[in-house]
Amino acid sequence: MNSLKTMPHPKANTPQRLRHGSHLPVGAPRRRNRRRLQLTRWIGLGVFGFWILVALFGPLLAPHPMGAFVSDQMFGGISAAYPLGTDYMGRDMLSRILTGARYTVGLALVAACLSSLIGAGFGMLSVLLPKWLEESVRRVFDTLISIPSKMMALVMVSAFGASIPLLITATVLSYAPGAFRIAHSLATNLATMEYVQVAHTRGEGRLYIAAREIFPNMIQSVLTDMGMRFVFIVLLLSGMSFLGLGVQPPAADLGSLVRENIGGLSQGAIAVIAPALAIGTLTIGANLLIDSLSTSRATQKE
Amino acid sequence: MQGESLIVRDLEIVATPDGGEERSIVSRIGFSLEPGEVLALIGESGSGKTTIALAMLGYARRGCRIAGGSVRLGETEVLSLSPVATRALRGHRVAYIAQSAAAAFNPSRSLMDQVIEAALLHKVMDRRTARDKAIGLFRDLALPDPEHIGERYPHQVSGGQLQRVMAAMALLTDPALVILDEPTTALDVTTQVEVLLAFKRVMRERGTTAIYVSHDLTVVAQMADQVLVLNGGCEQEQGRIEEILERPRHAYTRSLLAATRPPRLADSMPAAAGQPLLEVERLDVGYGKPNRDGEPSAMVLRGIDLTLHAGRSIGVIGESGSGKSTLARAVAGLIAPCHGSVQFDGTPLSPTLRGRTPDQFRRIQMAFQSADNALNPAHSVRRLLGRPLETYFHLDRAERRRRIDELMALVKLPTGLLDRKPGELSGGQKQRVNLARCLAAKPDLILCDEVTSALDTVVGAAILELLAELRQELGVAYLFISHDISTVRALCDDVMVLYHGECVEFGSCEAVLEAPRHDYTRKLIGSVPELRPGWLENRTLALAEAPA
Amino acid sequence: MRNTLFGLVAGRLGASLLTLFLVSLVIFAITSLLPGDTAQQILGQFATPEQVAALRAQLGLNQPAIVRYWHWLSGFVTGDLGQSASNGMAVAQLINDRLPNSLILAGITTLVSVPIAITMGVVAAMRRGGLIDRLLNLVTLSMVAVPEFLVATLAVLIFAVKLNWLPALSYVSTVDSLGDAMKIYAMPVLTLCCVLIAQMARMTRAALIDQLDSPYVEMAQLKGVPPIRRVMRHALPNAVGPIANAVALSLSYLLGGVIIVETIFNYPGIASLMVDAVSNRDLSLVQACAMLFCGTYLVLVMLADICAILSNPRLRNR
Repeated sequence: MNSLKTMPHPKANTPQRLRHGSHLPVGAPRRRNRRRLQLTRWIGLGVFGFWILVALFGPLLAPHPMGAFVSDQMFGGISAAYPLGTDYMGRDMLSRILTGARYTVGLALVAACLSSLIGAGFGMLSVLLPKWLEESVRRVFDTLISIPSKMMALVMVSAFGASIPLLITATVLSYAPGAFRIAHSLATNLATMEYVQVAHTRGEGRLYIAAREIFPNMIQSVLTDMGMRFVFIVLLLSGMSFLGLGVQPPAADLGSLVRENIGGLSQGAIAVIAPALAIGTLTIGANLLIDSLSTSRATQKE
Repeated sequence: MQGESLIVRDLEIVATPDGGEERSIVSRIGFSLEPGEVLALIGESGSGKTTIALAMLGYARRGCRIAGGSVRLGETEVLSLSPVATRALRGHRVAYIAQSAAAAFNPSRSLMDQVIEAALLHKVMDRRTARDKAIGLFRDLALPDPEHIGERYPHQVSGGQLQRVMAAMALLTDPALVILDEPTTALDVTTQVEVLLAFKRVMRERGTTAIYVSHDLTVVAQMADQVLVLNGGCEQEQGRIEEILERPRHAYTRSLLAATRPPRLADSMPAAAGQPLLEVERLDVGYGKPNRDGEPSAMVLRGIDLTLHAGRSIGVIGESGSGKSTLARAVAGLIAPCHGSVQFDGTPLSPTLRGRTPDQFRRIQMAFQSADNALNPAHSVRRLLGRPLETYFHLDRAERRRRIDELMALVKLPTGLLDRKPGELSGGQKQRVNLARCLAAKPDLILCDEVTSALDTVVGAAILELLAELRQELGVAYLFISHDISTVRALCDDVMVLYHGECVEFGSCEAVLEAPRHDYTRKLIGSVPELRPGWLENRTLALAEAPA
Repeated sequence: MRNTLFGLVAGRLGASLLTLFLVSLVIFAITSLLPGDTAQQILGQFATPEQVAALRAQLGLNQPAIVRYWHWLSGFVTGDLGQSASNGMAVAQLINDRLPNSLILAGITTLVSVPIAITMGVVAAMRRGGLIDRLLNLVTLSMVAVPEFLVATLAVLIFAVKLNWLPALSYVSTVDSLGDAMKIYAMPVLTLCCVLIAQMARMTRAALIDQLDSPYVEMAQLKGVPPIRRVMRHALPNAVGPIANAVALSLSYLLGGVIIVETIFNYPGIASLMVDAVSNRDLSLVQACAMLFCGTYLVLVMLADICAILSNPRLRNR
């Protein structure tokens, strides 16, 4: 069964096919393409790197404490004192975004790492496990993958209330299965390779084969997949926060910032536009970076 | 006579690899053909032969560009035609026959639909005429059920038949020039002969001018009047086929000729008595779930007997699907036989890997067909060779280093390659590393599964030579799986012929290959083209006389 | 072979049913086996333990989990979805009121997005490496990563606040004319379409390029078949399966998008009903909505798979 969550990057298909095509002289776009590829990579790297730095040091740089009421003006516009205006309660938006980014990036990173670790870990393990156990692990993940991620998060929040550990659990429950499926299919494909059979006929143990023959050949794909998962998780978590079912006050991630200031939309307040744009640039930047990395890796192999 | 003359001058083709500089892949190629003549472009992979052939259609693949020169077909200058005129030329005056017909036919359209498409598109004839003519061509090409084969879809027709349907597609518009791009490479030898015969007859009858692209000199000898030998996109030698075969001037041509028919490389070992190294008895192997009788659903091998003495080498020949690779895999323990026994040095071998001793693992090594897949792309050569030394002999670092150098010398590779990964090696180097890894175990038996067939002729011949030397020096025995009779002839003492999973003939190499007793062996051996023009026609005559 | 085809489709259908069953198990497990107790929920924080116990007995909550699951599931099959904890109405009724609105929204979005996306994908594939393709690549690559609420807020800002063309919120009850309807649906549909089109266009392009790179398309080119015909007659018929697959998969994305969009535009559909239910911890309503969404999702994924099976020419032509 297929699912959006496990879809390979739509672009990833193309070079793959070229590599397996029956003809030798493989298509090569003109040189300009390479420069453009480099350009998107640098843009992606720049934007994404910026947000990582903000997540790391943002709160230190914030001019005001996150919860401080600094201005009498609600939805204040751009000014020298408040570069990104003020929010619905007169708090400094810049400080709030600098602090909120840490939640958005940090939560998503933790969730993406956990998802990939669990998913890929089980994906690898199932090659080592006996067949019936592999089959039942696969069944469990297949069921979980059939629940759209937002549904999983909503159902879990309705049962347990929104808290950060719960949000991470819900995210991992819905994104680990996709990581599992990709890692599992990679691992089972690699397990049929002739060099793995050579290792078998050398009398190598299962653990050596998994760790030394299979794992090094899938790590790059797993990392790319983790990057994709990070983007989806940022979207999911900020979506939940936007619905008021994610990070709860007084803490706030970028999604909650959009929600709490949505009232300013009719005035065109910067307080609602800025955090929304912040999420957009973060995810677009990450996506551009991942795409350029996976594309260039695919072409290198040719 | 409908073929037209073809004059090619100073053809230059360049390619731009991804992110690289533009580089020349074909340079200063020129030749001329009289109407009805056939020119063979011969060379190894990467020699630019297909690229040149495609340029006759005014076509270059993605990333390639025809940079200069002229291609003159009759009165037409092909390279200076407008896109529309080029399109009108293709599939009408110049036709193309691709290497893999299975891939070159659209899977979702019927064969007839595709065969007559070009004729209708170029308004050469109406649908009815085209159909009738196609059926006539099917008949000429000896296709079964010519009336109705066109209604089928590509996956319903065998590879050899598809290749002939493709020939019909090419010839339907009575083209002035036909390009044949390795049209029989993907076929088994017995099928290849039939297809070659059919091609040759229809082309001779119609007086078609043709360019025949191939890596195989023996095939070219049957099909071509002229030969152009290519290496790295440059001409090495050009001339009439007889001249090239008899008096090759260029060193490259000579090496190609030598590699095509490797001489007997090993002195036949005396048939050793005593304890056989490997003894296979009544071996049945199959794939799939066992049925009620406990037999797998698809049986691949039945009742195989085989005895191999230390230091000797047995060749296993057969066509695709004959089960020859399965035999090697069963001995290696990668697939469990359902009946029969395998004895190694007097002790029974466990059917699966689980029950084998470390010493048995060490003494039986397997070399796979494609070194690309057999070498882990993530490991360096040093690591690939070091690991067996670690597992089998528990050597320490210094001893390993010394032994690795020894192994590299044994397979004639420079030690400078040790830190490279397989992706950075050439095909021949990879296969040598593959063999070195087998030798690291100091094995008594190496199972060689088509070790030369993925390689270019010259490179393959060098690997074959290396195998023969190693046998002399180290006394290792081979179970040598191959579809190529000439390699078996060069290397093996005994030969086993497999046909649909059964052994139809077994005996010493000379006996079986010189005086085959079984019909299938005779057909198989008789289908291997010889390196002389006219063999194809004479063979047909011989076959025609044989029943009488 | 007809039978094989039938068998494959039937097998796929069976697998989906089995998955739906397992999904119901998961949803029930999450919502019912854990401390968030319905009885407590209904009575509120200040109920005495006796009251809670009495209501638990009345609702059958003191029965073993497996029995409760059985009741829940059989109720589901017969259309008895229980009662909403927050306003006491029948869940079936609540869903019934809202479902058509959501279906209309999804339907319009599909009708608008699919043709645009496929055209974009085909054009990009045909002009591969060209300016249009690279532009579309950049745009779609960015669009797939954009959160819906960014598109929605920007749309409101531009069309409702600055230009004042459209209302910021959707009140379905005030539809009087086609123009009204267009005004109401314009922004929700636009928001949903953005990501959806980007997703589908990328997948369509990839599927078509896969075919355009195949030897048989090169063969067609070498037969002198013109570019348009190569795409329409040769490549597209073989790409229909993968494209249909892509469309079905992308549409399943609608399920996630619709949750945000209905909330932001205050659109009275199933998704906003569910979000309210989650906020109120109205578990039986959440369960029903979740099952509905998961069921739809499974149907779409199953359709995608069946498209892939049916498009295999080896199976189609006996």
